[in-house]
Amino acid sequence: MARIRLEELRKTFGPVVAVDDLTLSIEDGEFFALLGPSGCGKTTTLRLVAGLERPTHGRIFIGEREVTDLPPQARDVAMVFQDYALYPHMTVMENIGYPLRVRRYPRAEIERRVREVAEVLQIADLLDRRPGQLSGGQQQRAAVARALVYQPQAFLFDEPLSNLDAKLRLEARSFLKHLQKSLGITTIYVTHDQAEAMALADRIGVMDRGRLLQVGTPLEIYRRPRNTFVATFIGSPPMNLIRCRFHSAEAVLALEDGQAIALGERGEALRRAFRDGEPLWLGVRPEHLSLAEGPGPTHLSARVYAVEPLGVETLVTVQINNERIALRLSMDEPPVLREQVWVRVPMERALFFRENGELAL
Amino acid sequence: MSAFRMILSRLAFSIFTTLCGAFFALPMLWLLLAPFNARGTLAVEIPRPFTLENFERVFANTFAMRALLNSLILAGGTMITVTLVATLAAYALSRAEVPYYDLLTYGLILFSSVVTGTAAMVPIFLLANALGLVDTYLGVIMVFTGGLLPTAIFILRDFVEGLPRSYEESAMVSGASPWQMVRDVVMPLLRPGMMVVGIWTFVQVWGAFLVPFVLLRTPERMPAAIAIYSFYTEAGTPILTLTSAYALLYAIPVLALYLFVNARYGFRFFGGIKR
Amino acid sequence: MVQRRPILSPAVGMLFLLPALGFVLVFLVFPSLWVLQISLTNQTLTGEAALRPQFVGLANFQALFDFENWMIRGYFGNALRNAVFFVIGSALIGQAGLGLAIAWAFHRRRGLLREALYTLVILAWIIPDVVVAFMWVAYLDRDQGTLNAILSTLRLGRVDWLIDHPLLSIIIFNTWRGTAFSMLLFSSALATLPPSYLEAAAVAGASAWQAFRDIILPSIRSHIITDLVLITLWTFNTFTPYLITGGGPTFRSEVVSIYTFRIAFQHFEFGRGAAVAVVMMVINLILALIYLSTLRREAVAR
Repeated sequence: MARIRLEELRKTFGPVVAVDDLTLSIEDGEFFALLGPSGCGKTTTLRLVAGLERPTHGRIFIGEREVTDLPPQARDVAMVFQDYALYPHMTVMENIGYPLRVRRYPRAEIERRVREVAEVLQIADLLDRRPGQLSGGQQQRAAVARALVYQPQAFLFDEPLSNLDAKLRLEARSFLKHLQKSLGITTIYVTHDQAEAMALADRIGVMDRGRLLQVGTPLEIYRRPRNTFVATFIGSPPMNLIRCRFHSAEAVLALEDGQAIALGERGEALRRAFRDGEPLWLGVRPEHLSLAEGPGPTHLSARVYAVEPLGVETLVTVQINNERIALRLSMDEPPVLREQVWVRVPMERALFFRENGELAL
Repeated sequence: MSAFRMILSRLAFSIFTTLCGAFFALPMLWLLLAPFNARGTLAVEIPRPFTLENFERVFANTFAMRALLNSLILAGGTMITVTLVATLAAYALSRAEVPYYDLLTYGLILFSSVVTGTAAMVPIFLLANALGLVDTYLGVIMVFTGGLLPTAIFILRDFVEGLPRSYEESAMVSGASPWQMVRDVVMPLLRPGMMVVGIWTFVQVWGAFLVPFVLLRTPERMPAAIAIYSFYTEAGTPILTLTSAYALLYAIPVLALYLFVNARYGFRFFGGIKR
Repeated sequence: MVQRRPILSPAVGMLFLLPALGFVLVFLVFPSLWVLQISLTNQTLTGEAALRPQFVGLANFQALFDFENWMIRGYFGNALRNAVFFVIGSALIGQAGLGLAIAWAFHRRRGLLREALYTLVILAWIIPDVVVAFMWVAYLDRDQGTLNAILSTLRLGRVDWLIDHPLLSIIIFNTWRGTAFSMLLFSSALATLPPSYLEAAAVAGASAWQAFRDIILPSIRSHIITDLVLITLWTFNTFTPYLITGGGPTFRSEVVSIYTFRIAFQHFEFGRGAAVAVVMMVINLILALIYLSTLRREAVAR
């Protein structure tokens, strides 16, 4: 077990920059999720740590040891692949024991350790089968067992749950979290699923186009996304971004259709951060919005666009001018389609992003 | 389509199929009947009297049996060499990201298509002569290997390209050395491809006449393809009873391999190339 | 497609490639170059010229293309003409035509009949050379042969095939021997065509022949070119007819491959044999280049 440090890591494929000057430190025993859309460089980063790619520039440390130029064999990490990569010609026992076999452990020792790990992962009764005879969830556990069996310095997961169906995914998710916490092995977990990252990780790193945009605990990232990309990537439905213009004198935000929202107590802070007339993005999470009876200083007039009852709550999409805004409401009598409603914007919870997407307040 | 045209097209199909069947089957009948006939004949006729004596006499002929063993040595030796060497090469070409990989494989195919048949035998005979490989099994096996390798690599290339890289990457991260990875993971996964190439090589060498005919001298080293011409009377006419029985024995392994491949994989193309 | 770090390092890759490169260099590349040099000498197997072959320039080639005697039986022109007839008759018309006809007749058909016919055609292709040679010598025999037995039953009279029509005999033989490749290639090409192609044509009112000519043939054009080039190459180089007619009688079925064999391995005139080999390889090279350029064009088109 060890901390992992990446220093100014850079990887280019020809003209394409896959990973761009990435510096990151992952603590001993931490569960770290790399989150981003496909092609953002998260898997390349993971493969750089594993040694499956050679960095164009920068250094990688596992523990106190620099491993930048070491081949994968010498890094003492374990990786679980998206397709599990269980060898079809070996039994589950042989698959799990393979890392020990190449380390020339005695046969009896291999068998003892495999049984031990299989016990933990609850696949002890499947050891004589071949991977083709296992269900998706069982294959996933076998792949994790193979990673676990040689007690590596770190675990690397490449979207390990993406091949499971929705129900199994939830099950496997809590199992993985439990396992990682009880073993305390440093883990890097790559995913494009923000809910998975939120649920599993101690800290999340959000990536886009090769850059690490923000690192923080799930709640930090959820509450204070550093820019509009992170704001809209995290959360389901994502944060609403409403295009406005700041009017300093009146201390209001003007929407494009002429409606205005009073800034109240936050007016002073905005005056310091924005110029008069400067365009900006007002960011509000759907669960913070509510419906009001009538007009008010922070109420916006809108028309109901869609209503989706989800059971616990109801997802309501309203339309203001050409912009759509999502609300998560827990109410018994939701509005009906095309009805005119008043949306209350809680200014104390709102975030303000500059026109270029950076968080200002 | 009218009923009349339907019948006409059925009829045309039946006639065509019958003619094709006859064209391909008729020449083979002799091989199925003559070996069991006590009288040597070139005709296709019910064996009268039916006998297995021809086979007994062939089995008793140590020279002929030795020739079948020689064929086995040559075909088996070439099969092992070609399969191993081609697997390593196809794997390296794909996974070491050899520059101009495509050009190289096509270049190899080009060479093997150009340097073939009797034209190739002229320099190859002189080369074997210079290297002291004339009249040795090793010489025949090496000449066959050189000729068959490019196509074998070409066939195996498809199998290697079809292998997901995560198997090998997983082995590497698990700590396996390149050789362990190839031995434990890659070779077993490539087994179907190696089988195809192995069987293809075996059949090529087992049935070949020209290369051993040119390169071998000593009668005891001759494979069955050449030994079959030893069943001649002193007057120089073939002893048809023995020749036909021996021909059937000699053809049986190929038929068995065909049935095996057909049942196991279905007989089809790999890389769309060469018999 | 994302580039990846090679799984094998260049050094290990080279190690794995080395045996194959060795075989190919020694037994393919070197001979193909050496034969050029030999073709410019008077090397023989025995005697003075075996020990100290002399440089004779282009004399061997001049002898081959000596247009005075060019077409006399036993000379190169005669072998070349026979080879042209042999390739056109047995490969281009026989194998490709029959292969396409069978593949088309059994397109979208399954069952025992297809299995049986395909097995027969494939067996004709894979049985060892000498065995098929004996089969055909028996089949074409003047007195006892099956073919004549059938012809005389039909009151068409007996023909001494191997004596009176040796070239035709090996053309028919080679059609029988090699149809399987074309049949299999065209079958798999046809199998890749979506059924909607033909259904659309049928709905549009096209006859079976029109659909075949206007839709099927253009769709498998590249397969046809591939097939024609490859079977031409193989037919041009095949030595098996020698086992049936020996090139005779009086060189009437002597094709270029048999001519080469006779000069090099029966007369042991390696210089002249090498010269014919060079000519054969040049012809092979042209055919192979046509093949590769169509493959390339296919790859680019895809």
